[in-house]
Amino acid sequence: MTWNWDVARDFLPELLDGLLITLQATALGSVLAFALGLVWALALRSPTRFVRWPVGVFVEFIRNTPLLVQLFFFYWVLPSWDIKFSALTTGVIALGLHYSTYVAEVYRAGIDGVPVGQWEAATALNMARGRTWFVVILPQAIRRVVPALGNYVIAMLKDSPMIALIGVTDMLQKARSEGATSFQYIEPYTMVGIAFILISYPASLLMRALERRLGH
Amino acid sequence: MATEPLTQNPAVDGSELIRFDHVTKRFGDNTVLDNLDFTVASGKHVTLIGPSGSGKTTILRLLMTLLKPEEGTIMVDGDYLTHEEKNGKLVPAGEKHTREVRKKIGMVFQQFNLFPNMRVLRNITEAPVHVLGMSKDEAEERARGLLDLVGLGDKYDAYPTQLSGGQQQRVAIARALAMRPQVLLLDEVTSALDPELVAGVLDVLRDLAHTTDITMLCVTHEMNFARDISDDVLMFDAGRVIESGPPEKIFSEPEHERTREFLSAVL
Ligand SMILES: Nc1ncnc2c1ncn2[C@@H]1O[C@H](COP(=O)(O)OP(=O)(O)O)[C@@H](O)[C@H]1O
Ligand SMILES: [Mg+2]
Repeated sequence: MTWNWDVARDFLPELLDGLLITLQATALGSVLAFALGLVWALALRSPTRFVRWPVGVFVEFIRNTPLLVQLFFFYWVLPSWDIKFSALTTGVIALGLHYSTYVAEVYRAGIDGVPVGQWEAATALNMARGRTWFVVILPQAIRRVVPALGNYVIAMLKDSPMIALIGVTDMLQKARSEGATSFQYIEPYTMVGIAFILISYPASLLMRALERRLGH
Repeated sequence: MATEPLTQNPAVDGSELIRFDHVTKRFGDNTVLDNLDFTVASGKHVTLIGPSGSGKTTILRLLMTLLKPEEGTIMVDGDYLTHEEKNGKLVPAGEKHTREVRKKIGMVFQQFNLFPNMRVLRNITEAPVHVLGMSKDEAEERARGLLDLVGLGDKYDAYPTQLSGGQQQRVAIARALAMRPQVLLLDEVTSALDPELVAGVLDVLRDLAHTTDITMLCVTHEMNFARDISDDVLMFDAGRVIESGPPEKIFSEPEHERTREFLSAVL
C-alpha cells in the first residue's frame, strides 16, 4: 500500500467534520466532568456519613470500571429504561461521568493544599460555610490544579474515539466509514492520528508550562 | 473618611466583656489549659505573656471558636460563646448561636491569612458585605478609610502577594476592624515579620489602642509595646495565670520567680 494524496485530499473535509465532533464531545465531557467532580469532591467532605459513604462507593465503582463498559451500558441499557439520548449525548455523559471521578480526586488534592489559615481567617470574619467554599477555598484550590485538570482533558480527548463505537461520527468514525466504502485505510487513519497529535502535544506542553508557572 | 467610631462598643465603662470559667482544654493527654478562670473588662487592653507552649494561642483560638474547650464555659458580652441555653439547660452552641456571638470578636493572625485570590479592597469588604449585609459602596468607603488608617491608602488595588509582610499584616488589621468587633485578638502579629517591618505594624496597633475604645487581647513578645498599650498583663505558665497586674508592676517588680525568669529571657 502506498500513500495516495488524492485519497487524503478527499478525506480532509470528512476529517474536519469529525474533528468538530471530537472537540465538541471532549469540551462538553470536560465541562460535565469538572461540574460532577466538584459535586463528588464536596460530597466526600460532607460532615454527614450518609452522604459521604454512598458517594464514595459510587465514585470508586465508576473509577474502577472501564470507560468502554460504561459507554456501552449507557448506550444499550438507558433506552430500555426509557431514558433516550442521542449517541453524542450518551458519549458525553459517559466521558464526563468517568472522568469526573478523577477530577474529584484532583479537586481533593487542591482543596487539601489550601492552608488551614484560610479557613481560620474566614471563621474569624464570621463568613458562612458555603461562601467560604466558593469565594475563598475553591478559587485557590482550582487555581493550583489547573494543569492537572488540563491533563485529564487531554486524556479524555484521546479516549474520545471510543464514542465511535456507539456510532458518533467523530474523527475515528469518519476514518472507519472511509475505509469501509473506499477500502483506503492508510490515509484516513494516519490523518486521524496526526490530528490528535497536533492537538494533544501542544496542549500537554502548555500544561507543563502552566505547572512550572504555578510552581509545582 | 474614617471619622466614624471604629467600634460600636456599648460599654466602655469597664463592664465585663470576656469571661473564662473553669476552662479546660486538652489535646489528647496534653492538658493545655487547666481549669482556667479570667475576665477582661470592656475597653481594656490586655496582654498575655509567657513562655512558648504555655497556652496563649490556645486561649485566643478558643475565643475565636477555632477550638472548643473540653470543660468550662466562655462568655462574651454576657452571652455564652461555647454554649447556648435551650429550655433552661446549657447545651453546646449550635452554628447559628456561635455566629451570632462571634460577631463581636475579630482576630489578626501571625501569618496574616489574607485571601490571596482577592485584591486588598475585596479582602476588606467581603465580610462586611456578605456577613453584615452592608452595601458595597458603604463597605468600600469604609475599607478605604481603614486603609488610610493603617497607612496603605494607595494599596487597595494590589493583591496580597504584591505587598510586604508588614503591609499584609496592616491590611489584615484593617480587615478585622471592618467587621467592627468589640474585641480584637492579636496573636504574635509581628512574629513572622522581618525586623524592619515590625515597627510599622506596632505603630498602627498603638494608635488603635490609644484612639479607640476597642478591647484588645494581645499575645506578644514585644515587651515595650506591651508596656505602652496594656492596662493589664497576664503572665501564663503551663496553662495557668501565675501573675497579673498593670504593666508597671509586672515588668518592674514581678512577684513570681517564673515571671522574673521569663522577663530576663525576653527583655
Ligand atoms: N492543634 C494542636 N494539637 C495538639 N497540640 C496542640 C495543638 N495546638 C497547641 N497544642 C499544644 O498546646 C500547648 C500550648 O500551645 P499554644 O497555645 O500554641 O502555646 P503558646 O501560644 O503559649 O506558645 C503546646 O504544648 C502545644 O504543643
Ligand atoms: Mg502562640
